[in-house]
Amino acid sequence: MLGFTIEKRQEPLKWGSFFIFLVALVFSLGVSALLLAIQGKPPFEAMYLLWDGAFAHDWALEDTILKAIPIFLCSLGVAVCFRMQIWNIGAEGQYALGAVGATWVVLSMPEAPVWVIMPLMFVAAAAFGAIWAIIPALLREKMGLNEIISTLMLNYIGILFLEFLVYGAWKDPASFGFPMTIMFPDTAVIGELFGRIHWGILVCAGAGIALTIFLKHTRLGFEIMVSGENPRAARYARMPYSALVVLVMGVCGALAGWAGLIETSATLNRLQPTVVVGYGFTAIVVAWLARLRITSIAGYSILLAGLRVGVENLQLELQVPASFTGIMQGLILLSVLAGQFFNWYSFQRSKRG
Amino acid sequence: MGLELIIPILAATIQSGTPILYATLGEMLTERSGVLNLGVEGMMIFGAFFAFLVSHYTGSPWLAFACAGILAGLFGLAHAVVCLVFQGNQVVSGLALTILGVGLADFLGTPYVGLSADGFSPFSVPLLSSLPVLGDIFFKQDALVYLSYFLPFLFWFFMNRTKWGLAVGAAGENPAACFAAGLNPVKLRWAGIFFGGVLCGLGGAYLSLAYTHLWTNNMTAGRGWIAVALVIFAFWRPGRAMFGAYLFGGIMAFQLRLQAVGATLPSSLLLMLPYALTIIVLLFSSARGKGRQAPAALGVNIEPGE
Repeated sequence: MLGFTIEKRQEPLKWGSFFIFLVALVFSLGVSALLLAIQGKPPFEAMYLLWDGAFAHDWALEDTILKAIPIFLCSLGVAVCFRMQIWNIGAEGQYALGAVGATWVVLSMPEAPVWVIMPLMFVAAAAFGAIWAIIPALLREKMGLNEIISTLMLNYIGILFLEFLVYGAWKDPASFGFPMTIMFPDTAVIGELFGRIHWGILVCAGAGIALTIFLKHTRLGFEIMVSGENPRAARYARMPYSALVVLVMGVCGALAGWAGLIETSATLNRLQPTVVVGYGFTAIVVAWLARLRITSIAGYSILLAGLRVGVENLQLELQVPASFTGIMQGLILLSVLAGQFFNWYSFQRSKRG
Repeated sequence: MGLELIIPILAATIQSGTPILYATLGEMLTERSGVLNLGVEGMMIFGAFFAFLVSHYTGSPWLAFACAGILAGLFGLAHAVVCLVFQGNQVVSGLALTILGVGLADFLGTPYVGLSADGFSPFSVPLLSSLPVLGDIFFKQDALVYLSYFLPFLFWFFMNRTKWGLAVGAAGENPAACFAAGLNPVKLRWAGIFFGGVLCGLGGAYLSLAYTHLWTNNMTAGRGWIAVALVIFAFWRPGRAMFGAYLFGGIMAFQLRLQAVGATLPSSLLLMLPYALTIIVLLFSSARGKGRQAPAALGVNIEPGE
């Protein structure tokens, strides 16, 4: 009999993660195509449309990059949280709160000049998002409350709060009953930089660089990386673990809040419930795939944004529901999780004795 | 408020709490075997959809109910493959299962939105239903509710008084000792994940077959997550799970009633209630104490070669 034993590797395989992702992507696309075939839709044409709508034209690439911006910002924070083994799945709600904070500034001072209104929008979005993340962080550290549940519930509450505002006090009287605020004045709109790409992309670049420097070159960043590897050791070394958790969650919330601000201001030019489309959940997939490498986060953000844009093309051409994105994201995540086994374990022919 | 106002709300409490009860017991079973499965929401909505689908085409609610359970259990086995075979992270795998399940139900269900299916209707239990007050609340319900009354007891009996139940509990408390006793903890966890998924699917089926008799998107609306929270609230014990499920059933029934009588509060604020309550309820159970802890090996994978 040909037996084999499984051994744990000392180090994960180099480039293994990316190879595993590729296999997982092919597997997931295959299963997704099969699902389309079951519903009587042409699977090969669908895969072509997916590619064509996401990456094959200038307009498609622009769409993809525009969607990658909020995903990237949310993923940055989530990746740091995951590194510290804080299971923050509340980026979606923090994003919604950021959008609310920014809109609040706009509605309170619509006449303000751009150099007043724009910085205040960024401050408010960061503060609102951060508060929404610091609440579960404090509950976790002070009361032992499971952060998975609390961040998830705060997602629901945050999104309902946004709806409460745009259906009620903030509704534009001239909107014929549609739940939306007034159009933002030009001073509150994040303008275009090149093509349709707005300068929100500079915020991404800035946040990415700042976070890299912070984690690699400051004492606090070093502590975060260490306590991520081993929270118990961090506590033992008298690192302020609880304070680090609150800090990391706060930063994550602020970044997700900025994502909400950018999407509201640059893409919709007003607040409406459709601003919330699941970027916070896509960010979880990105953060898990990319870990804490900033370039990987950018790359996976663009890839998963591309999937979303491609599915929009499928929606138009083949009437595939938007939830198709969720199917692909779930499949990719599950198959990557399974595939990572091969990164850490090797198969050895067992010696006969 | 008079009794004639309170009784319908309490009866609706039982109805709203039942799907949560099924799902809470399902997740509890899985966690007792040592596996954290955050895919409850996904398995629930998966069950809800297939229950609707089978009933829509066959007209047999019981067949639909059974199919929903089995299919949701099989769907949940994806978590078993990832975590038990490939040592994947249980938190992320469960999340992925939820993302996938919600996506699948929406994708497959879109052509059926608004269509109806045969389901379960309330009937009075002879004698018991004529009890004052209690009869109106507990014994004028549908068959799935009556079934759920027995579940917490069956769960308790299985876990504490049967060989297999004790073995499942051992796989969750101390897999190494379980293995040393000649049992296979990995196989027991497979069973825990499958049957836990079955119960989650049955909870979902309640939503499409009894709570409503039709299919709408996003039917579970976070109930699966409430179930995950209730397992912690219940300290992994079935009796408290029943209490917790009805607590949430109560808040949901109350909120629907307020909306129905045209309360001046906007619906988005009312809809926040169950989610806010989840956080509050968990705060009350976060105190650690004897007999209140999670299974010792919860969330820890059994590595090959151990």
